[in-house]
Amino acid sequence: MNSETSAMEDSFANAQSSVLTNEPESVITDDVRLRVEGLFVYYGKSPAVRNVTMAIKTRRVTAIIGPSGCGKSTFLRCLNRMHELTPGSRVEGKVLLDGQDLYGPGVDPVDVRRRVGMVFQKPNPFPTMSIRDNVIAGFKLNGTRDRKIIEETVERSLRASALWDEVKDDLHKSGTSLSGGQQQRLCIARALAVNPEVLLMDEPCSALDPIATAKIEELIHELKERVTIAIVTHNMQQAARVSDYTGFFYLGELVEFGETAKLFTSPEKRQTEDYITGRFG
Amino acid sequence: MNNTHTDKKYEEDLKKLREEILYMGGLIEDQIQKAVKSLVDRDSDLAEIIIERDHEVNRLDVDIDDLCIRLLALHQPAGRDLRFITTGLKITTDLERIGDMAVNICERALELNEESQLKPYIDIPRMAQVSQRMIHESLDAFVREDTDLALKVCKDDDEVDQLNAQIFRETITFMIENPQTISRATKIGSISKYLERIADHATNIAEMVIFMVKGKSIRHLKELPPSV
Repeated sequence: MNSETSAMEDSFANAQSSVLTNEPESVITDDVRLRVEGLFVYYGKSPAVRNVTMAIKTRRVTAIIGPSGCGKSTFLRCLNRMHELTPGSRVEGKVLLDGQDLYGPGVDPVDVRRRVGMVFQKPNPFPTMSIRDNVIAGFKLNGTRDRKIIEETVERSLRASALWDEVKDDLHKSGTSLSGGQQQRLCIARALAVNPEVLLMDEPCSALDPIATAKIEELIHELKERVTIAIVTHNMQQAARVSDYTGFFYLGELVEFGETAKLFTSPEKRQTEDYITGRFG
Repeated sequence: MNNTHTDKKYEEDLKKLREEILYMGGLIEDQIQKAVKSLVDRDSDLAEIIIERDHEVNRLDVDIDDLCIRLLALHQPAGRDLRFITTGLKITTDLERIGDMAVNICERALELNEESQLKPYIDIPRMAQVSQRMIHESLDAFVREDTDLALKVCKDDDEVDQLNAQIFRETITFMIENPQTISRATKIGSISKYLERIADHATNIAEMVIFMVKGKSIRHLKELPPSV
């Protein structure tokens, strides 16, 4: 391909990417919030994640896809040191949050988990707590007693998770009285209450019906204006709909990582192509 | 990992789509060849048959469209399947337009056959031959996922453009020399234009094949890349 053609292609690609992200080009930052370098994760002897290097960009949605057992959830859990809760697990490599290694000496995992929040597959509100108490359960751990600040945090978090209008008159009711989709948004509100920089979502819609799923996906679009999101999903269409970047994992390795629109129309690697087209196994 | 779909019905539908497109392509090639034959041989009966057979082309166009839309809706294809199906949609549109051009050629042939022959047809059959070959090769490239052949088709378009320009000059000369020839000369000019457009549609198909295989577009570039 001659230089003129490739220059045209470049400008075309640029124009395309700004259209796809719905933002003028100038707003697109190349900031990297989380940088993963040479990450290995072991449960026992064999590695579940092998030598993964990836840059998760600020205020972008990064999706992780791959078949069951490919290490995608394990990878996600390493991003806030959650996997340490599994006995016998071990990590090699670096995870840098704004340049600081989360696995460096003297880093408090509790602080890491405040800065990097997590939402799980099944909604898990604290069953004995009211909606209000669920939202501020994490926030209260920093010792805040000021009622005004607490009430503001409850409203801000529930608004951010698009649940406020549905529950504002029932804040005293039990968290488990809500529907599955509402419970998941409650969990998102709980994660947002502590103002995390990054939100990790591990198959957040797999227990929800299509309408509740659509609400969560819409929420993801809104949330990415202020928080960086990494989402693991089994649903490839969901990855295609919500994310800006997608990584494909297979057998613990990151096979391909790139812009979502590119990865789902013309991926570079044969393995990725086979997976997204359903020629697998 | 292997190369067959885990979903057998999906696999079958994709295969069916490929076969239908090829069938339509074969029919279209025949339509053009016979349309030009009806002109050269002054065979009006043949022209009528070709015009009538355009219904079959139209039916295939609708059927293939339906199949593509069904595949898109039911399987949410991605990657090369997505490129294959969207290419299928576009190829069919081009083929259907080519079919219309064959009908137009027949209509002009019917009119021309009513009058005495203006001149022996030499360049028109040559043009038809190149255009037909371009369609054949673009569909060959489609089946074999052969981007080199597709690129060759794009390049061959120049030859047809030149023949069209030549016929245009020739018909103008006829008209200037003898205004009695205007009606016939314009019709010959139109046929030349139809064939030139047919080659353009074949070029579109070839460009889509390159997109389908490589995932990159070479359309609307000032110059064709030397390779893809």
